Amino acid sequence: MIIKTSMETLNTLEGRAIHPLWLRITHWMNALAVVAMTLSGWRIYNASPLFDFRFADGLTLGGWLGGALQWHFAAMWLLTANGLAYLLLNAGSGRLWKRFFPLSPRMFLADLRAALRGHLSHADPRRYNSVQRLAYLFVMADSVLLVLSGLVLWKSVQFPLLRELLGGYEPARRVHFFAMAALAGFVTVHLVMVARVPRTLRAMTLGR
Amino acid sequence: MIKQSPLAGDDAVVKEALRRLDHPARRLFMQRALTLGGLSLLTGCSITDDESVENALMKVSRLNDKAQAWLFDPNRLAPTYPESMITRPFPFNAFYDEDRVPDVDADAFRLEVSGRVADKHAWTLSELRAMPQADQITRHICVEGWSAIGKWGGVPFSAFLRRVGADLNARYVGFKCADDYYTSIDMPTALHPQTLLALSYDGQTLPRRYGFPMKLRMPTKLGYKNPKHVQAIFVTNTYPGGYWEDQGYNWFGGS
Repeated sequence: MIIKTSMETLNTLEGRAIHPLWLRITHWMNALAVVAMTLSGWRIYNASPLFDFRFADGLTLGGWLGGALQWHFAAMWLLTANGLAYLLLNAGSGRLWKRFFPLSPRMFLADLRAALRGHLSHADPRRYNSVQRLAYLFVMADSVLLVLSGLVLWKSVQFPLLRELLGGYEPARRVHFFAMAALAGFVTVHLVMVARVPRTLRAMTLGR
Repeated sequence: MIKQSPLAGDDAVVKEALRRLDHPARRLFMQRALTLGGLSLLTGCSITDDESVENALMKVSRLNDKAQAWLFDPNRLAPTYPESMITRPFPFNAFYDEDRVPDVDADAFRLEVSGRVADKHAWTLSELRAMPQADQITRHICVEGWSAIGKWGGVPFSAFLRRVGADLNARYVGFKCADDYYTSIDMPTALHPQTLLALSYDGQTLPRRYGFPMKLRMPTKLGYKNPKHVQAIFVTNTYPGGYWEDQGYNWFGGS
């Protein structure tokens, strides 16, 4: 009986979690993969810069091109497997539709205006506002684009349809770069928002 | 954990017990996660120099070789381009400067063939030029990311391997070069229809700077897998490695 009561309590506690356990795990695994992919990717970029700048070597991962490639081609498995698990669980559990929709341009603009004036409420961390909804949906799509353009760079001969959809090998390099830049932009804003509402960090870690 | 709370009759006590037991463990977990994930990644240098990390990454790289062999479709062709798209001038690239390109004497040159082959005679250049030739305009992709389109001509490598009676079930084909470069490839890539033992570039005898007297040209592989100034070819089941591969570049290294 004691055990039963305790289990019920535990279930209630877990049931009240702002973010389910699978979400918290996939979030932090993704954070790890994104950091490794981005920092090693910067080192790879430096080997033959597309544009008139380089990333500071001290910010990169891998030590040299060969090391950076090893990190990149190891972390890609984590990024892809973890990302697929997230998307499947998100869609399969119905959370994707429940938390991210409805979403309309009018709602987005209203929430964006409120956010910029500092009037947007964070009273219920279970509910994403429209700016969050669009930002999170965007970063999901952007991550898919990063993986697909990366596949073209890694295996341009084996994925001809994907290669032609992105315009060929050289355009795929640019798609991969700008998708990275968009992801870095998202992460920057994301971290600023977490710093402004620190209990979201606790919610994403402990669940409540 | 739950069985150990003897007073857990009412909810409040259980909650309190769970809270006390739960949080230190979770906090410890977070500390470890931050230490491992955060700090070690931020201090990128030290983790990269760590030998066990290097070994683990090398192991993943060998697993990636297997994944890539599995993904490789021997009938899938690399795209070809019109003459107008050839990159001019085609870039010179090697692990040394252009003034150190080896000078191979065409008349004295003999291509050595060894290992799991029936016919081990050494080939002159005119013997190779007498074999049926093919050419291709394909994209050369460097491991650094840049690419350039060029036109190569020569002996389809699968025809050459059949001609010397190579064991086509062997795992590797290795190459030794006049500039002390060496590399090796998988047999399915060696037999790929676009893999050429290239003797010409853009309709001319292969120039010194692009690998005279011959290079192995594979549009399905990155630049460092395409050896220049090839002097010896061997067929083997023993992993031969390569100049860059031994330093950490991925061995399969291609598409």
